Amino acid sequence: MSAAINSKTPPVPAAVRLGEGACGLSGVVVAVGGRDNPANTEFDQELERRLLEIGFVEGAHVEILHEGLFGRDPIAVKVDTMRVALRRHEANAILIEPDARVAGRGRS
Amino acid sequence: MNIAVSNVKPLQLALVGNPNCGKTAMFNALTGSRQKVANYPGVTVERKEGVFVTPAGRHVVAIDLPGTYSLRGRSPDEVVTRDAILGRLEGDPRPDLLVCVADATNLKIMLRLVIELSSAGIPMLLALNMMDIAQYRGIRIDAEGLSAELGIPVISTVAVNPDGTGSLVREIDRLASSGLASNAPNWHALDAGEVRNAHHLADALVARFVSKPANDRDWTHRFDNVLLNPVGGIVILLAVLFLIFQAVFSWAVLPMEWIASGFDWLAATVAAVLPSGLLSSLITDGVIAGVGSVLVFLPQIMILFFFIILLEDFGYMARAAFLMDRIVGGAGLHGRSFIPLLSSFACAIPGIMATRVIENRRQRLATIMVAPLMTCSARIPVYTLIISAFIPNRQVWGFVNLQGLVMFSLYAAGIVSAFAVAFVFRTFVWRGKTEPFIMELPGYKRPLLRSVVLGVVQRAVIFLKRAGTIILSMMILIWFLSTFPAPPEGAADPAINYSFAGIIGHALLPLLSPIGFNWQIAVALIPGLAAREVAVGALATVYAISGDASGSTLSSTLATQWSLATALSLLAWYVFAPQCASTLGVVRRETNSWRWPVAMFVYMMVLAYFASLIVYQVAVALGG
Repeated sequence: MSAAINSKTPPVPAAVRLGEGACGLSGVVVAVGGRDNPANTEFDQELERRLLEIGFVEGAHVEILHEGLFGRDPIAVKVDTMRVALRRHEANAILIEPDARVAGRGRS
Repeated sequence: MNIAVSNVKPLQLALVGNPNCGKTAMFNALTGSRQKVANYPGVTVERKEGVFVTPAGRHVVAIDLPGTYSLRGRSPDEVVTRDAILGRLEGDPRPDLLVCVADATNLKIMLRLVIELSSAGIPMLLALNMMDIAQYRGIRIDAEGLSAELGIPVISTVAVNPDGTGSLVREIDRLASSGLASNAPNWHALDAGEVRNAHHLADALVARFVSKPANDRDWTHRFDNVLLNPVGGIVILLAVLFLIFQAVFSWAVLPMEWIASGFDWLAATVAAVLPSGLLSSLITDGVIAGVGSVLVFLPQIMILFFFIILLEDFGYMARAAFLMDRIVGGAGLHGRSFIPLLSSFACAIPGIMATRVIENRRQRLATIMVAPLMTCSARIPVYTLIISAFIPNRQVWGFVNLQGLVMFSLYAAGIVSAFAVAFVFRTFVWRGKTEPFIMELPGYKRPLLRSVVLGVVQRAVIFLKRAGTIILSMMILIWFLSTFPAPPEGAADPAINYSFAGIIGHALLPLLSPIGFNWQIAVALIPGLAAREVAVGALATVYAISGDASGSTLSSTLATQWSLATALSLLAWYVFAPQCASTLGVVRRETNSWRWPVAMFVYMMVLAYFASLIVYQVAVALGG
């Protein structure tokens, strides 16, 4: 499953993992799920669907609003019109294209 | 209540929506206080049902289904929502009408669910709730256009306003009189691709029918900038917790005294009326004293829940979970474990019941298993008694009161061990599999006092029901153990010494002497299984002290009878020991299995024994 999703939405080179972003990073989601741990595929699919259900879907606009104190984890993310808290570990399943680059390439 | 005789079947209505969409406020607005809270059979999911009558005189039975983002059924709550909508619940009719409640300021996520719900085959209507906030923020929704596109009625509501649901009720009337016909459901669990498609459909709807101003007057981020500040947020959280604890322990003092003296009066009155004998003893010592010893915590529980529900309705509890996630997450718990653990400082029973908010089963079980390690208020009388008898009331390091320091250490020991046990569970029982923490942070809302009070009353009723069932039966069992067999004629020692409790206590003595317990303690621990603080009264009984059980007499007796090592050992015992049969009963009920209460009993007993053993032996070696 996750391999199929990978091939459908290949990671754009300029894209970054949401879980690695700092406070203030904003951008557009370009891929959700499809992480590179083959031992964990069932877990990945579950994570992917949960992320999708709460609004992390390709095309959604996200922005990191807040970070926790310890290890700057978890993070609070604005997803379109709602706010979602999640750990960086889970946020790493979300690839985003940061806003400045989106504007530069004229991507909608 | 007068229910007009009518041969028309009441309309079955189900409220469905995302968490935090104001669904419960809507339910309260529709049904007022005419609500019944029970459990769905076989699962510990709350079933909230209420009735109301529409302007046209139609009787409606409304069900408040647990909030969800999809029908996939990941948690027991979500399974109930799915099964209720698909008509798979035994004993519950399939609803005639679904009222989809959406947060008007966050419509997209609900539209996604509405698209999924349309496959359930039940007539629907969409209520755009919190329209007042949406209007304040300048969000405009073309309800007519949306209605035409979705093919279902779309109504604006403000559940927290007195007449904010009028249009909804009129629409329900209109739909019901025009005839509601359901089709067979053709729902299937959506795969990731279908969820994506539904999102894109919802996006397209939002783009067409919702317009947002450029400068959104959203206050939530301003609150969050303060409340979620990495350092400041934690300082504020600690201050809030401190205030809650102050309130729980200071405001509850008077009502607790009233309840305690009320039960004393009741027991005395019954004892005066009934001829003295077994029946009188069962009712006064067993039922009244036993249930009274647990019910005395009701004021603390109600005050605690008042603050928890108030903060939950305001939107702060999700922030508390966010701030605490890393701290409790290190032990394998969930940010949401924080609220149940907090409740457990008053009493583990409401704490364990509050774990229902944790979706993940393992994290819920881990939270249940460690909740009794939090220092509940039933331990306080025991701690106070021993500390006042053995710990000198003096200052150390110039400014710290030694008695207070010992009390603080006992609380800290409970918290630290709870984290350690949760960590051990995660590492060895569940092999380190971390579960995702993904949680919506709802917008802040002004809490509605009526809703908060209703919620507190419902919590209190649930606790009283437990007191009426589990706690009562435990009390009778423990009374039986402490009363039979009766002492022989002319016995010199207190009666309890000859009872089963006495026999068990004496039999356990060889096991308990390495940890410094004498037979009096061993015997007092048996009735102390009813509730921890009962051990104080039981100690007074075995030392044959009449009169004021918790007063200074017992304390000074203990000071002469026990060594300091014994006293410290008993304190250590009370940090860990599963000295509360009601908690075990509630764990059995909440987990639907004997496995978990048994595991809890065993691990807490082992911890208590070794903690006491170490404390006693070290104290003896140091000359205590």
